[in-house]
Amino acid sequence: MNYLLQQLVNGIALGAIYGLIAIGYTMVYGIIGMINFAHGEIYMIGAFISLIAFMALGLAGISYVPLALLMVLLIAMVFTAAYGWAVERIAYRPLRGSFRLAPLISAIGMSIFLQNYVQLLQGARVKTLQPVVQGGIALTTGAFGVEVSYLQLFIVALTVVLMAVFTYVIAATPLGRAQRAVQQDAIMAALLGVDVDRTISLTFLLGASLAAVAGMMVLLYYGVIDFFIGFSAGIKAFTAAVLGGIGSLPGAMLGGLLIGLIEALWSGYASVEYKDVMVFLVLVLVLVLRPSGLFGRPEVEKV
Amino acid sequence: MSLLSLFDVHSFYGNVEALKGVTIDVAEGEIVALIGANGAGKSTLLMTICGVLQARFGTVTFAGRDITRLRTFNIVRLGLAQAPEGRRIFPRMTVLENLQMGASTVGVAHFAQDLERVMTLFPILRTRQAQRGGTLSGGEQQMLAIGRALMSRPRLLLLDEPSLGLAPLVARQIFAAIGDLNRRDGATVLLVEQNAHHALRLAHRGYVMQNGKIVLEGTGRALLANSEVRAAYLGA
Repeated sequence: MNYLLQQLVNGIALGAIYGLIAIGYTMVYGIIGMINFAHGEIYMIGAFISLIAFMALGLAGISYVPLALLMVLLIAMVFTAAYGWAVERIAYRPLRGSFRLAPLISAIGMSIFLQNYVQLLQGARVKTLQPVVQGGIALTTGAFGVEVSYLQLFIVALTVVLMAVFTYVIAATPLGRAQRAVQQDAIMAALLGVDVDRTISLTFLLGASLAAVAGMMVLLYYGVIDFFIGFSAGIKAFTAAVLGGIGSLPGAMLGGLLIGLIEALWSGYASVEYKDVMVFLVLVLVLVLRPSGLFGRPEVEKV
Repeated sequence: MSLLSLFDVHSFYGNVEALKGVTIDVAEGEIVALIGANGAGKSTLLMTICGVLQARFGTVTFAGRDITRLRTFNIVRLGLAQAPEGRRIFPRMTVLENLQMGASTVGVAHFAQDLERVMTLFPILRTRQAQRGGTLSGGEQQMLAIGRALMSRPRLLLLDEPSLGLAPLVARQIFAAIGDLNRRDGATVLLVEQNAHHALRLAHRGYVMQNGKIVLEGTGRALLANSEVRAAYLGA
């Protein structure tokens, strides 16, 4: 029982991270109908920028943890967002109106480029960060007591806050409305005065800044990153987005949570080595059995 | 002085020339009807005015400004609004959100007042406010499309086949609303219609389009009386 509870706690924290990345996939798919395969790399870059920011703050002598976390968070979001914006500008916008596969191929190219770019700049070896947030709350005591670490609480709380803000932005602000309008009919949105290109850019900015938060969380959580972490995290978050129903924001959040739980429970009870296999099995099953995902909507609309 | 004028405009879909040198004028305060058969290029003309399709040759001038090469969102910000072919309501947004989108270019200062005006013009929209656009009937969607266009307080309203697919009674209601807008609010309207009879009766002037060209023009009354128009579009 304790063991199960501990795996659930771990799974929820992991799921929060996947959910944040999955939102980027689902939003971009919703607005331009493509899978941004470079999004995993954006998350990886977010982790690296967070690492660099932690180092810089360390050198600057800022040791008050909450302040450091907040500053790293903001720095990572801003710089990673710039990368997300640039990827769209360079690799996707020139291909708008081209055949459907073109941006997809370009995305894969961008993903390979970004991996190599970070590898060249930062080296191929893993980078480590000393634990920044330590300690936790013991839920049960004993030899196999269940503990929720402060870091896990921080991850889940931050994710909940970000998702709430985000849901509000999409549902109730002019920016969110414009974004949904472009999603549903880009030409009509332009006819109503919406700058479609700018709206798409903003979508990439938002998605990348959430991925940056995920990158920072993973850096804090595992303390180890390298230039290749974007690959598997990217595919898992993509799986989460598909599971939730690609294009659906609540779907991406729930999908992330489920993938995190599946991974944690599978690792805990079956096999750590094969934890990724289970996630991809889920991807295959969803695609076969329910391609529109949990919150996906059927394509039929009354016009 | 004309509010909108097109001079020798040519537009293409790929290599197919859809507009073959169109010249028209719309003066402030006028209702101008553009009639013609399916595929004559009427909708293409409206899309070219709005820059969704860019004219390859010729010029489009709006309020004294050359808008031929401007991008769509910049053009409509000058005070044009279109209720396009097929209505293009945002299906997964509520009626209210669709109307809010219509007001994208004008800020929120007049929003409540403009909303009230649209709801008064089309009372059915008031009861449908919270409903998703995709669930409305065809006639309701058409009213929403026109209402949405009005929310930007346009100087020029472009209406593409507002009566298409509607029951005669609903169509008449919509034509009456267009007439009201023109008489009461001084709205300038360019009205594309297959329903030539209604359109020409409502319009001050009209153009007849055929195969991407303007083949006839005149006052609404003159065109209604014209034997060619009667034979081709009025079934008389």
